[in-house]
Amino acid sequence: MAKTKVLERKPLTFAEKTFLPQIAGGLKTTFATMLQKKVTLQYPEERPNIPDNYRGVPTLVRDPNGREKCVSCQLCEFVCPPKAIRITPGEIDPEAEPDRAHVEKAPKEFDINMLRCIYCGLCQEVCPEEAIYLQDVFSLSGYSREEMINNKEKLYELGGTLPDSHYKWDKKKAAEVAGNSH
Amino acid sequence: MKVESIVEHITIKIDGEDVQVPKGINVIEAVKMAGKGKVVPHYCYHPKLSIAGNCRMCMVEMGMPMRDRATGEAILEEDGSPKIGWMPKPTIGCATDVAPGMHIRTDSEMVKESRNGVTEFLLINHPLDCPICDQAGECRLQEFSAEHGRGYSRFIEDKNVKPKRTRLGPRVMLDDERCILCSRCVRFTQEVADEDVLGFVDRGTYSTLTCYPGKELAHNYSLNTVDICPVGALTSTDFRFKMRVWFLKRTPSICTESSVGANTEIWSREGKIYRITPRRNDAVNDTWMTDSGRALYKAVESDDRLTHYTIEGVHKTSDEVAAAAVEMLKAGDAVVVGSVHSSLEEQFYYGMIAQRCSAKPMLVSHYGEGDGLLLSEDRSPNLRGALVTGLIDALPTADLEPLARSVEAGSVKTIFAVNEDLTELGLSKELLAKVQVIYVGTHANATSEVANLVIPSLMVFEKDGTFINQNFLVQRFKAAVPGPRGIQPDFTVLEKICAPLAQEKPAPVTIDAVWERMAATFDILPEDARWRTLPEAGLALDGTAFQELQFVETKNLKYDPAKAEVPQAEPAGV
Repeated sequence: MAKTKVLERKPLTFAEKTFLPQIAGGLKTTFATMLQKKVTLQYPEERPNIPDNYRGVPTLVRDPNGREKCVSCQLCEFVCPPKAIRITPGEIDPEAEPDRAHVEKAPKEFDINMLRCIYCGLCQEVCPEEAIYLQDVFSLSGYSREEMINNKEKLYELGGTLPDSHYKWDKKKAAEVAGNSH
Repeated sequence: MKVESIVEHITIKIDGEDVQVPKGINVIEAVKMAGKGKVVPHYCYHPKLSIAGNCRMCMVEMGMPMRDRATGEAILEEDGSPKIGWMPKPTIGCATDVAPGMHIRTDSEMVKESRNGVTEFLLINHPLDCPICDQAGECRLQEFSAEHGRGYSRFIEDKNVKPKRTRLGPRVMLDDERCILCSRCVRFTQEVADEDVLGFVDRGTYSTLTCYPGKELAHNYSLNTVDICPVGALTSTDFRFKMRVWFLKRTPSICTESSVGANTEIWSREGKIYRITPRRNDAVNDTWMTDSGRALYKAVESDDRLTHYTIEGVHKTSDEVAAAAVEMLKAGDAVVVGSVHSSLEEQFYYGMIAQRCSAKPMLVSHYGEGDGLLLSEDRSPNLRGALVTGLIDALPTADLEPLARSVEAGSVKTIFAVNEDLTELGLSKELLAKVQVIYVGTHANATSEVANLVIPSLMVFEKDGTFINQNFLVQRFKAAVPGPRGIQPDFTVLEKICAPLAQEKPAPVTIDAVWERMAATFDILPEDARWRTLPEAGLALDGTAFQELQFVETKNLKYDPAKAEVPQAEPAGV
């Protein structure tokens, strides 16, 4: 059993016994803050500004032409430390979508389990097609486990469109159309 | 395959170290044999194909001890060591056979630079397709680019455009942009498959792989071209975009298509099989296998799998079904119709069951046409196993006519059938109604419908076991995926039937326990042979005891009926 040590307290002075200096000090802080800019937000009506490099909910994005960027290479599924991502790869039907046939591959299903996700951002870092981004969505909730699994539709809805600096597949298509000068 | 008992060894110097290698091999193989993690990167060289020497990736520096032209005496350095005359330029390792005293440098500056140069040239026209390319993860170009590539491109011109998404045949797709023109597939169709359908057209950077006009890559070995393609130019239509290879688990297995017993690898993820590829075994299948054998896994997920132990159609536990089977077999007048598709361990049990209830074991043959390569006439993986385990001593018959007559005459009460549809073998449903039928099988059929007891069994991908191939080579396969829920390994259930027949208590069985009993029972098996310790390349048995039998196999890649009586010496290397 540890020994208990009783600390000797100094007796209160007269000023302290009146509590007046303490009240005055507290009110000084109150009035000073009252005149300053507000630091709190009326959440959820008011939302904070999210910095650009914020790591929110992972989302899938389209390029400015509305093309699905993900080609289901499954690198994010591979790199994901908590194994939150699950992709079922699929083939683009060249007859149904002739303008996209040169991309050949697209996800049939794309699920991210937000109960597993740790927002590490490795999926965004590894993506060779710049298709998955952790954007500014930070608040999500659901009533069941199933609801917390974001499917492909939800991911595109959350992701929207982001600017593209390469248009890799458009260039590829243009080269294919132009052909060789052979 | 002919096994040379004495291989002459010579000494060469690889990166300054003396190495003993067999005579007649090339530098790539010699460096591989020298070990120490040294490899000569290569694309076009394949150990089972002719040398083309067109990828130029396997460059090494080569030199020989110098000799005086006039006297033929060795020229020495000042310190007395032999002077080496190095070739001024690097040479390709695949087309350079080792010679006594040869000196090889695999990591000099010149070698590294030439590899880097070759890699850069291969990459200038290679598309940035890795995210959508099925080969990614097992691509030699990807691997060597990481090792020898510069990481960025100096090429500012436009990349070449070639046909993409070309259908070469029913099972193979071609992407010409990815092709590095190694010509492995061309040589394979010419030399191994013996059906010349692929070739290059155009010249220089316009060189393109195509099928000959009016032909397609449709032969039963077409998917081997996909295996040997070092890049993603040839892809399998079946496996295309199904799963990335780095997720797949590889399990060694044996192809059940025919008595060749091709060594395979099952690629699965989370209990689902995605593809089957050949595994190299120079005594069995080299590095090839048939396309039809690769498609066999599809039966695993078929809807008509037997998934429950049943008595008269009612779901029961395996213990109840086994007890009911014991009762039926004890009543006497039983017949065991075994299967040439069962593993060695299961056939051992069927033999024991037949012996213990004095039933006559019968087997039905499954013959077809062979192709002289890796598809033999005997379309069953384990006919030799039935002979070795003593289940039969003559070759199986084509149907069960004698059994049908006995049933007609009423001299048979119970039929214990394994994986054979009796209704297709001369026993009509009406005949089967006269007897009690115990059916062991993987899939539902007309017999399982009328069977009194149904014991579902596991497919080859779901269990451990062994097969004995056409050359009496015992080959092991391992479970790649779990079977349907609740189904026990076959020999576990068979033990529950077999032991009570001899008034024994069924004991829990492991596969090695079965092997212990088999090795003690059969002289042909080595006494210390156990499943777990079977050699990876197979255990060769002495098949001379069975040389009187007229096996149906004709000459194929590794089988010669004329030499069948000569027992295979130990399988030639791996």
